[in-house]
Amino acid sequence: MSDPAPQAPLACPVAALRPAMSPLAMAMRRFRRNRLAMTGLALLVIVVSASLVGVVLNQAAVARGLPEPYRTPLAGLHPQPPSLGHPFGTDPLGRDLLARTLIGGCVSLGVGLSAAVVSILIGTLWGLVSGYAGRGVDTAMMRIVDVLYGLPYILLVILLLVLFAEKTTWLRMMVLFMAIGGVSWLTMARVVRGQVLALKEAEFVLAARALGSGSARIIFKEMLPNLAGTILVCATLTVPLAILQESFLSFLGLGVPPPLASWGTLASDAIDALNPVRVYWWLLVFPCLALGATLLGLNFAGDGLRDAFDPRAQ
Amino acid sequence: MAGYIVRRLLYFIPTLLAIYTVAFLLMHAAPGSPFVQEKGMPPEVLEARKAEFYLDRPVLEQYVLYARDLVTLRGHSSIRYPNRNVIHDILAPAFPVSLSLGICALGLAVVVGTAAGVASAARPRSAIDYTAMAGAMIGISQPSFVIASLLVAIFGLTLRWLPVGGWGSPSQMVLPATALAALPAAYIARLVRTGMLEILSADFIRTARAKGLAERHVLLDHALRNAWLPVLGYLGPATAAIFTGSFVVEKIFAIPGVGTHFVDSALHRDHPLILATVLLYAALLVVFNLAADVGYAWLDPRIRYE
Repeated sequence: MSDPAPQAPLACPVAALRPAMSPLAMAMRRFRRNRLAMTGLALLVIVVSASLVGVVLNQAAVARGLPEPYRTPLAGLHPQPPSLGHPFGTDPLGRDLLARTLIGGCVSLGVGLSAAVVSILIGTLWGLVSGYAGRGVDTAMMRIVDVLYGLPYILLVILLLVLFAEKTTWLRMMVLFMAIGGVSWLTMARVVRGQVLALKEAEFVLAARALGSGSARIIFKEMLPNLAGTILVCATLTVPLAILQESFLSFLGLGVPPPLASWGTLASDAIDALNPVRVYWWLLVFPCLALGATLLGLNFAGDGLRDAFDPRAQ
Repeated sequence: MAGYIVRRLLYFIPTLLAIYTVAFLLMHAAPGSPFVQEKGMPPEVLEARKAEFYLDRPVLEQYVLYARDLVTLRGHSSIRYPNRNVIHDILAPAFPVSLSLGICALGLAVVVGTAAGVASAARPRSAIDYTAMAGAMIGISQPSFVIASLLVAIFGLTLRWLPVGGWGSPSQMVLPATALAALPAAYIARLVRTGMLEILSADFIRTARAKGLAERHVLLDHALRNAWLPVLGYLGPATAAIFTGSFVVEKIFAIPGVGTHFVDSALHRDHPLILATVLLYAALLVVFNLAADVGYAWLDPRIRYE
């Protein structure tokens, strides 16, 4: 799938006019024509670049010796509703909510991305080995995945987070990233294994074996390129689930430690501040809009990628 | 089929044993003592307390003793709530609450999700389709605690139609079950819609319509039966999502279920309660997964479990 299809001989006039497209290029063309998927991609680009701008501005403030906006309380009465100076308003401690939402975006997106990376690295390798080895090895490896699926992951995460509770913010964040990533590779392992089982019977694999290729070569050079689409789709759909899990943990008080924020901790703090007498709607609306835009963007883009790589969709 | 079920049931034991082992090891790897809050205790009392929870014995012996207490359903007294047995006094009253809430949420998710999926696939690009899919977008794009809080704010505090918390009457179950069902219902609606659209373009559907079958029969008996298969595959993860989601929802609605014990027992290092709760949840998820797989075989005669 990764190698471009060989050029057709010039004897065929149509082929001379239009060069053959690689499957990847065809998938990308299908993706570009999918309006919903492109909308999702645009949403993602907006949110990701805004979060990055937020971090850059924050670092610029640090470089000039100014207080970091996301953690510095402002003077006056708070929370303030959105205004020109603070487009998203301020939180009960008087911190600018726009700065906090942007920083929170980096944390939430980082959690999602690390889950995707872990699921690509561990999940793919696990699925490849399990599906290719077959028999006892396959049964044993898949049973382990089943058991980990059955283990209510929250306990693992809680214990890991408590284990590092006394350590620095960064160490605790690493644990949070790893903990969420550590449970998100299971689906990837199952999906990849299923595909490998099908590919194992394919004729090009038989041909490679007949030519004397070793197992490692067959797995990484023959099968892996054919799995690229499946892996990409699964990884894209892992990210929104990881971001939701992070917000779930934040609500239980196990998210990133303050004063750092994520969309989950912002939404959770907003709900704590929610009361029927005074409605601080901006505290909840802006982080949830950012979260919603990201999750929708990822889901649309993931579905679009799946349609684009699905051989049954012409 | 019967053989398949029996074989799957035999897997229960190693699965539960592995889960118990992982939970036990994590529990012991975590620093801090369960008695850290009981300051100023005389050393003799501390020793006695430790002995009560097998903490004076080798780790392997603790492992066996706790397993024995759980398997024989004898239970053990909780560390955090002295004189209360974790099985008989804590989990036994809380479990029916969580189970009924979970089953209601699962049923709601399946019914609403399927209905929305069929309705939007029957008239693609209609107002019904766009409404249903917009609802599904909210369901997949917001965490359950946000949805729960919005439901409370709208139906509980503003309209005053439903109680905002507590447990006992059916009306108190509506909001928490809706909040829990939102995410799975949204996924199911999308799965059913995609599957229905694919199958409605198949040749046998054209045949069914050509022979004059009522549209209702075409949709429900011919198309839905096929389109529902991916939903069964999703029921396992959906159950897990609902039962773990209940930690948060039970907290918001002040429901006396198992979810609160799960998080609190780990935070307080209440060893007997942690192990009992983990095993309870694990057993629940394994049973629901099996039920989903059996349903799969029942609905799709092409699947044979040798």
